[in-house]
Amino acid sequence: MTGSADSSLAHSAVAIATLHATGLQDAAWLLIALPLLGAAILLLGGKRTNSWGHLLGVAMPLLAFVYGVAAYAQMLGYPAAQRSRELTIYQFIDVGRFQVPMGLRLDQLSICFVLLITGVGSLIHIFAVGYMSHDPERRRFFGYMNLFLAAMLLLVLANNYLGLYVGWEGVGLASYLLIGFWQYKPAAAVAAKKAFIANRVGDAGLSLAIMLMFFQFGSVTFTGVFGTVGKASHGVVLAIGLLLLLGACGKSAQVPLQSWLLDAMEGPTPVSALIHAATMVTAGVYLIVRSAPIFDLSAGARLAVAIVGAVTLLFGAIIGCAKDDIKKALAGSTMSQIGYMMLAAGLGPAGYVFAIAHLLAHGFFKAGLFLGAGSVKHEMDDEVDMRRFGGLWRVMPITWVTFSIGYLAIIGVPPFSGFYTKDPIIDAAFAKGGTSGALLGTAALIGAGITAFYMTRVMFMTFAGERRWDESVHPHEVPPVMTSPMIVLAIGSAGAGAFLILSNRLLNFLGPVTGVPPTSHGVWTPAGEGALALVAVGIAIAYLMYGRRDVPVTAPAGSPVTVAARKELYGNAINESLLMRPGQWLTRLSVYFDNRGIDGIVNTVAATFGGSSGRLRRVQTGFVRSYALSMLVGAVLLVGALLLVRL
Amino acid sequence: MVSPAHFIALSVILFVIGAVGVLVRRNAIVVFMCVELMLNAANLAFVAFARMHNALDGQVIAFFVMVVAAAEVVVGLAILTAIFRARRSASVDDANLMKY
Amino acid sequence: MTHSIVLAGPAAETTRLLVYWVLAIASVAAALGMVLSRRAVHCALLLAIVMLSLAVFYLMNGAPFLAFVQIIVYTGAVLMLFLFVLMIVGITAADSIIETIRGQRMWAALTGIAMLVLLSLVVGHAAIGPGAKNSAQFADGNVTALAHLIFTRYVYPFEITSALLITAAVGAMVLAHRERLRPKPTQRELAAARIASGHPTPLPGPGTYAQHNSVDMPALLPDGSQSELSVSEVLSVGSGRAERPALGGLQPGGEPSGRPPAVTPGPGHGSGPEAGEH
Repeated sequence: MTGSADSSLAHSAVAIATLHATGLQDAAWLLIALPLLGAAILLLGGKRTNSWGHLLGVAMPLLAFVYGVAAYAQMLGYPAAQRSRELTIYQFIDVGRFQVPMGLRLDQLSICFVLLITGVGSLIHIFAVGYMSHDPERRRFFGYMNLFLAAMLLLVLANNYLGLYVGWEGVGLASYLLIGFWQYKPAAAVAAKKAFIANRVGDAGLSLAIMLMFFQFGSVTFTGVFGTVGKASHGVVLAIGLLLLLGACGKSAQVPLQSWLLDAMEGPTPVSALIHAATMVTAGVYLIVRSAPIFDLSAGARLAVAIVGAVTLLFGAIIGCAKDDIKKALAGSTMSQIGYMMLAAGLGPAGYVFAIAHLLAHGFFKAGLFLGAGSVKHEMDDEVDMRRFGGLWRVMPITWVTFSIGYLAIIGVPPFSGFYTKDPIIDAAFAKGGTSGALLGTAALIGAGITAFYMTRVMFMTFAGERRWDESVHPHEVPPVMTSPMIVLAIGSAGAGAFLILSNRLLNFLGPVTGVPPTSHGVWTPAGEGALALVAVGIAIAYLMYGRRDVPVTAPAGSPVTVAARKELYGNAINESLLMRPGQWLTRLSVYFDNRGIDGIVNTVAATFGGSSGRLRRVQTGFVRSYALSMLVGAVLLVGALLLVRL
Repeated sequence: MVSPAHFIALSVILFVIGAVGVLVRRNAIVVFMCVELMLNAANLAFVAFARMHNALDGQVIAFFVMVVAAAEVVVGLAILTAIFRARRSASVDDANLMKY
Repeated sequence: MTHSIVLAGPAAETTRLLVYWVLAIASVAAALGMVLSRRAVHCALLLAIVMLSLAVFYLMNGAPFLAFVQIIVYTGAVLMLFLFVLMIVGITAADSIIETIRGQRMWAALTGIAMLVLLSLVVGHAAIGPGAKNSAQFADGNVTALAHLIFTRYVYPFEITSALLITAAVGAMVLAHRERLRPKPTQRELAAARIASGHPTPLPGPGTYAQHNSVDMPALLPDGSQSELSVSEVLSVGSGRAERPALGGLQPGGEPSGRPPAVTPGPGHGSGPEAGEH
């Protein structure tokens, strides 16, 4: 498939008819129903389920994973053109022209996500059994986690934008509940609120896009929209694309809606691993890739997506360099890696497959990294400041090994995953051509170098060097219930990239849905070699700064860039001054206006009546003679009036 | 030539005097008497107009006015007596409780 | 009886004019006096003058029946009822001149003048024709014609007015009724009470003198002083002591003047015991 004109990017995906699901796949609603049932039992059952709640909470995702594998196997049995299957559970909305089914679409894209969500999700659930073993509210935690899984699965499985939106909102709710899980911590409650509100801004964009779709196309199902989008005007398609991008920015913590992700680290670490690394934050990428037919028709929207991705990948990387909190450093890394995925998705069919590949690989190694950080935090009495770690490799060897594999994967050292998934993105960016391609590619390259720097920094500060921790802390290796998931994830981190990219496996699998890149590159490209060089430079600088020298326990003052990065590049300050303060002024103004103005008017009216009646009542003197006088005056006036009209 | 106009004019004057009397006097009985004066003035006007129209309707009306005035006086004075027994005062100004 | 009261001829015109003007001025003056007088009884009598003048006017206008009804019913019954109630209520303090309500007099005067002006304008604009001459309508006589009208065209007002009269009479009885709280005292109880009160004898009657014989003359006690018991309270309060004529050397109130009286005809025989000190 060559050709670069917009119109010729029309997809073969549209031409593929979606068939009805048969056999095992017809019960795909189980994927959503099982975790939902688990959540319902655990949340409604209450304290009675405390003793076995966590086991149910782990069983449900495992069952869903088993079903997902079976459905995947069934799908492999179909020829490539017949793998897109749909089934309708019930008619969600049936109002005149507005017909929305509650239906699921099992095609190659959604099955990838199903396997990722249920697989990595099950591993993280197993980890959480050990991590939350001392928490009395563990059962509630698993209830919320299952709720999250159900919502996320609905998001990726829905066959229409409204069903996707239901899942979208559901994961937002679950995220809020889980970030604020330790409700007694004010910081956690504030962080949950902040996440919800930032997501809400994005959700507004998504809902406007859905409304615009219905208005233009008369339908919100994928088949309906993708079938008629070719007939819409450029402006409409651009608008829909930009609104979808706004929604994706909110959910995936891209600039300008990125401020909530670092604060979300207040939640328990399994939450950070599952939601804010592997799955929820990737929902934005899923949305863009799923809406490929729309983006293919608008170069402007694609460019906007790519720019957002590029800016965010640098943004997240710079923030990650200066954070001493291990979880926040990893969160900055997540922000940056999703920037890579967005950049890839903004490159059109040239990048969709690589975006998904990086997403799947990222799911493995980022979850592994977070679980490692969780283990360290668990052993260090909930300390997260890396300046108090140091020399942990001797005490927690398994954690150190799995963490290192994840580290090598993320910075893109061959033959680990990141190398295979990140370099094609850089190549595709350069291949875009023109100034935009050069700029995007350069940004991606520099981002790779910075990624290497800050990840190496984390490694050295946490595991290498001399111990800087207190005498009262006694870290040792975590129990097997926590190390087993990390080991599995490490294996995935190591091999997923190669598995997906080599021999074009994912490309061939996803091609019918997303389209394939017009030109294919090899594994070793000039851009890839440049990336490796920068990675080496980054490692070297980090080694010089943190490996050779002692790490100070208190953070030094640092350069202006460091200070800015510690303040998350003033993201919060910008939000506050641009949005929060004017909003507060507006509310105060409204309240003032309401109190003085509107209440004033009402009170004045009341006072007028009261005052005037207070005056008027003095007419009632009680004397009959004054009443008689007023009667006579009235009679005089009456006679005068009659006289005037010559009656 | 004494035309009905003369009588009408006289009726008007008597009526106005009676009206002013109601407003100015404080003794309840005198107020009543001024009201009677007004009624009489009205009667005079009726009779004069009856003369003018050459019909007896005016006289019939005047007759009825007299009857009603008599009934009114009866009841009114009975009320006055009852009030006087309770309060020992016949001044209209003393009954001023219905005030602000 | 046709308009027999209505005199015919030019001399009748002048008479009528004269009668009209005299009585008109008299009635207006009486009305003004009624409004301005301070004593209630004077008001009643002045009103009587007005009503009687009006009766004459009715006669002049060919309403003899109405004229006599005016005299008999209105003046004779209603006005007398006023006087009776005045007696019951008491001709006590005269109306004070001071007006208690601020501005009442001014506004009453202004409104009255305005009313006068406006009504005059109305009357002036109206087309008031001359009075009717003799006509066949009154061939049957005034009373018969009136009866004819009352019992045909105005029968409903007639019936309703009669109901009104009955209601008024019953209402007046109810209002003036005094509920007896204790059983009526028998004659025995009254006699016992009189003996027990300290003065079982009747009160002394008023004095009868050569020049004064009225009920408000006090009787003389043996010591020459006036007996306050001999004059009704109503009269003594109403007239005031100062107006009582001095009786010889005696001052009202029973204080002897201090010098022996001359043996001139002065006070006549008192009905009470002679005073020994004379």
